[in-house]
Amino acid sequence: MLTFTLRRLLLAIPTLLLISLVIFFLVDLAPGSPASEIPLTVPAEVRAKILEAMGVNAPVYVRYGLWLKQFFYIEPLYAFDSLTGSHYAEGMQRIISYQTRSPVFDVIVQRLPQTLIVIGTAYLVGILIAVPIGIYSAYRQYSLFDQFGTLLAMIGFSVPTFFSGTLFIIIFAVWFGWFPTKYDTTLNVTDWASFWKQVRQMTLPVMTLGLANAASISRYMRSSMLENMGQDYVRTARAKGMSEQTVVLKHVLRNSMIPVVTVIALGIPSIFGGAIITENLFGVSGIGSALIGAIHANDLPMVQTLAFIFAILIVLFNLIADVLYGLLDPRIRYD
Amino acid sequence: MTDATVVMEKPASQGKAIWQQFRTHKGALFGLIVLGILIVSVVIGPFLWVPEKLRVAEAIMLKNQGPSLRFPLGTDQLGRDMLSRMMAAGKVSLAVGFVAMFIAMTVGTTIGILAGYFKRLDGPLMRLTDMFLALPLIPLLLVMVMLFRDRIASIIGPEMGAFALIVFAIGVTSWMQAARIVRGEVLALKEREYVLAARSIGAIPRRIIFRHILPNVVSPVMVAATLGIADAIITESVLSFLGLGFPPDFPTWGRLLFDGLSYMQIYPERVIWPGIAISLTVLSVNYIGDGLRDALDPRIRGR
Amino acid sequence: MKLKTALLGAACAFAMAPAAFAERGSDGTVNVLYSQAPSTLNPYLSSGTKDVENASIILEGMAGFDEKGVVFPRLAESVPTVENGGISADLTTITWKLKPGLLWSDGTPVTSADAKFTYEYCTAPDGGCAQAARYEGIKSVDTPDDLTVVITFDGPKPNPYQAFVGGTSPILQKAQFEACMGAAASTCTAQNFGPIGTGPFKVVEFKTNDTVTLEANPNYRDPAKPAFAKMIVKGGGDAESAARAVMQTGEFDYAWNTQINPELQAQMMTGGKGVFVNGFGTLVERIEMNMTDPDPQWPEGERSTPKHAHPILSDINVRTALSKAIDRQILVDVGYGTAGRPTCNLVPAPEMFASDNTGCIAQDMPGAKKLLDDAGWVPGADGIREKDGKKLHILYQTSTNPVRQDFQALIKDWWTELGVDVELKNIDGSVYFGGDAGSPDTFQKFYADVEMYANNFDGTDPEPYLAQYLCNKIPGPDNQWQGENINRFCDPAYDAMVAEMGKTSDMAKRAELAKKMNDMLTKDSMVVVPLVDRGRLSAASNALGGVNLNVWDTEMWNVQDWYRVK
Repeated sequence: MLTFTLRRLLLAIPTLLLISLVIFFLVDLAPGSPASEIPLTVPAEVRAKILEAMGVNAPVYVRYGLWLKQFFYIEPLYAFDSLTGSHYAEGMQRIISYQTRSPVFDVIVQRLPQTLIVIGTAYLVGILIAVPIGIYSAYRQYSLFDQFGTLLAMIGFSVPTFFSGTLFIIIFAVWFGWFPTKYDTTLNVTDWASFWKQVRQMTLPVMTLGLANAASISRYMRSSMLENMGQDYVRTARAKGMSEQTVVLKHVLRNSMIPVVTVIALGIPSIFGGAIITENLFGVSGIGSALIGAIHANDLPMVQTLAFIFAILIVLFNLIADVLYGLLDPRIRYD
Repeated sequence: MTDATVVMEKPASQGKAIWQQFRTHKGALFGLIVLGILIVSVVIGPFLWVPEKLRVAEAIMLKNQGPSLRFPLGTDQLGRDMLSRMMAAGKVSLAVGFVAMFIAMTVGTTIGILAGYFKRLDGPLMRLTDMFLALPLIPLLLVMVMLFRDRIASIIGPEMGAFALIVFAIGVTSWMQAARIVRGEVLALKEREYVLAARSIGAIPRRIIFRHILPNVVSPVMVAATLGIADAIITESVLSFLGLGFPPDFPTWGRLLFDGLSYMQIYPERVIWPGIAISLTVLSVNYIGDGLRDALDPRIRGR
Repeated sequence: MKLKTALLGAACAFAMAPAAFAERGSDGTVNVLYSQAPSTLNPYLSSGTKDVENASIILEGMAGFDEKGVVFPRLAESVPTVENGGISADLTTITWKLKPGLLWSDGTPVTSADAKFTYEYCTAPDGGCAQAARYEGIKSVDTPDDLTVVITFDGPKPNPYQAFVGGTSPILQKAQFEACMGAAASTCTAQNFGPIGTGPFKVVEFKTNDTVTLEANPNYRDPAKPAFAKMIVKGGGDAESAARAVMQTGEFDYAWNTQINPELQAQMMTGGKGVFVNGFGTLVERIEMNMTDPDPQWPEGERSTPKHAHPILSDINVRTALSKAIDRQILVDVGYGTAGRPTCNLVPAPEMFASDNTGCIAQDMPGAKKLLDDAGWVPGADGIREKDGKKLHILYQTSTNPVRQDFQALIKDWWTELGVDVELKNIDGSVYFGGDAGSPDTFQKFYADVEMYANNFDGTDPEPYLAQYLCNKIPGPDNQWQGENINRFCDPAYDAMVAEMGKTSDMAKRAELAKKMNDMLTKDSMVVVPLVDRGRLSAASNALGGVNLNVWDTEMWNVQDWYRVK
């Protein structure tokens, strides 16, 4: 397993380079230009000068080369500097966003906390709700609980978050006035009062996202459990007189985890990617809203950097999923 | 091992046996009926219900009406009859949902099985999957539309062109999850005793895949397919919203839902109708999938 | 006597109640919501409205525009005019005098060197200054003493209130930005995100594209202002959720640009927590007619260029009929409610420049049909009008936006009734307005027969705006499709009037010329078909006082006068 992991990690480097190249050319090729952010009142000559200063007009391979150098050399060096207080990166151009004319990594660092807290919590809540519901639904297939769970899950993923989010705002913020609708990113949790404020402002976005996540994960959990409940080894285990609990939670569950692990592993990078619609709706200014804003403004350095970090996480978590497969089912071998 | 023998003993009546089992599944039958009703009503409905032709000034006077005999589902902000819009929208949404889901599942399952079963293909195919997962969706779609819209439109006409492009775009960008899930299952399945046994008696990979592997990955694929339809219907509205899909006067359920959103507080029915339609479609597909899975499982079928 | 004084005093206090109670920082925090978040606080690096508006809380110019569009002094002692000698008789120089004793928020004095520096900063090569247009035509900026700034222009400048006037050209602190000239501009993140200014508030923390935290400027020139000690500007979301946060949940005191549908406006008003404030500027939603042929049969580079005249829209009768068939009042009712009004003018304001052209407001469907009949466009077998084998088929494009799609649907219905076959198309705003020469979908390329969008002009002078319709500003392959003459209108008589306006300094004459040019583009030729004069619509909480919506400068122009209603 260790050699497999190492080999995969090494292989990831050329893969990621290729992915970065594809992303770069894709974003560059896409129609639209940073000029769409400039109001129409600005004359064409000024417009052209602004674009010139952004460096938009350089040939694409030059910009790609510059981005590679900035991402793999200057930014790490800069991070090293800010950790140790040294000055190796002084005077070097970091990756600069077209939109904000400021370093892309500063924006990411600023936005990561709320993304991780809100989206991460929503994901965790989703999993914690989904797994037990999935298990029990499968164990008591076609029971009232199962039918009800199915109905809720179906509604959960057929209504998009732009709809459920707005609905929650109207019900819980406008009618009842329980929760704020806009997330305050400047809030520092220092005592119980501010902690309570943080919990309150997180509730609506977490609810919106958690429900959507729970709906799909619980379906995978249920179907996978069902698949295994009828297997011979389950019958054998029961015949041996094992308790239901052991049979279901030890044997069936473990064997049912493979598709669920895949889904969860695919989902974790998307925590970083944020939830575009939910973030926008509730003003949780996280990575998701940064990405969509950058895409709309054709802010290539920002899009490229975010998409590439996203790619790294995807490759990493898929590797972790592969390793987990091996742990869950020792028959799976990669060598 | 039992399933292999059952399949081999009575191959001729397999379809019948599946149908018999499927029929006993109440949920599946319900799903089939609901889906049937939805399809029939969007296909035949527009012939039975022809809204009166109103001039703009007249229609505007009738905007945002609640359900009535004249307008069974009410009217929208421009005074257009919601029932006829819902039916027109349903035709597009159902077609997009099913075709896109079918493309995504076919591509995803194929890649997943190939990657899971053949060691040599695993690396390249999974890296391809990683790449598609990592690509930012909106620029990808924008590029696709820019490159292909006019070309496709010139071959099969603007409306069919838009349909083909949307379905293709959704299909191409949503197969990855299915591929990863199927691959994970196949990795485990191919080490099971019955597959080893089949291999040891010299069965060729194609036969092993179709006889032993494919039937066993149906279950997660079904879940992915159910989710896929809902996703495709919603994604379509996002695409049209970006100006990548159908012309703006072309209603779809996703678009009606989106348009109704700002009127949700005043006229909740504006979002309820498309919401119900999408949920019913997904729910019925889910139940059909459930029934199909039970029917395909020889262990359940035997009982 | 004593009683009288006391009464007088009480009356005074009553009359100026808010001002009398006000003491700097006594009213706590004011929360403002911008549905688009500011990405920088340096308006010279981004001309986006959201950026300029937020920067104007911190940075100020010599003068600003008030809610009537009149120039009033900010840092300057008074507004220079020809009468008071501030502007030379030949209109080639303008002299600004700073108020004495002004301090930056860091406590250092404001001098004329800062103004001169700002000019140099924005005109430095490779800087990509977003407001370069405000400093155009300046020969030199001189500083005879610490409080005097003399701007000398290349030639007579009929409208000299450009540089250092309004939120788009504030004065930067030289000491802070000295190292940020030209290409170094974007490396100065700390400066761009935290400019030192003279405005009522100063930056405490700026999270780009998210939140600006501000506190009262201790060195603000009026010791009693601002009333608020702290100001938080949150960005992001959409107009609807922004309006809701003020009008229904009451989380915020003010929300900028809350353009939502009229019925929702009415419903939110019933919440009783706030009011919508609106004002009309120069933003006009219009349909532009393509005078050239966008047919894909022409090779790339000839499509939508003056090489081929438009087969049907070249006929003025068709253009006129299309305009007559539209009921603008219905459009307003559906899309904008109180924040819109029907218009036939390209320049709807300021009043002195607005033509009295109202002929298009009443819909005239029979007249439109008759016009087409008389011109020989008669309905064919399918009900579509045709003439000489050419059918009235129109591709109508616009950007994606719910109101615009409603407009498209309504106008399509009217034009269909007229006997015109209409095909609709919507394009994502970032592509449509992106100007990417490689994309076929930009509004400049105009690969459609008609298109709809809104445009306005900066400040109160329409000259540069009207000059967009010069023959040599037609977008085409030779200028990477960057021209501003979107509908490819070309008339030597019009060009001559633009040139004349450039030389005219008499306001009455300028106004007359502007009206004539406006009429040439609209009612005389129907090349531009104005639909709706779009106002600004923002939401203000009932607990916030002093709000005075200004469409000629930024909405934050009088934030120093805002106070908490108790």
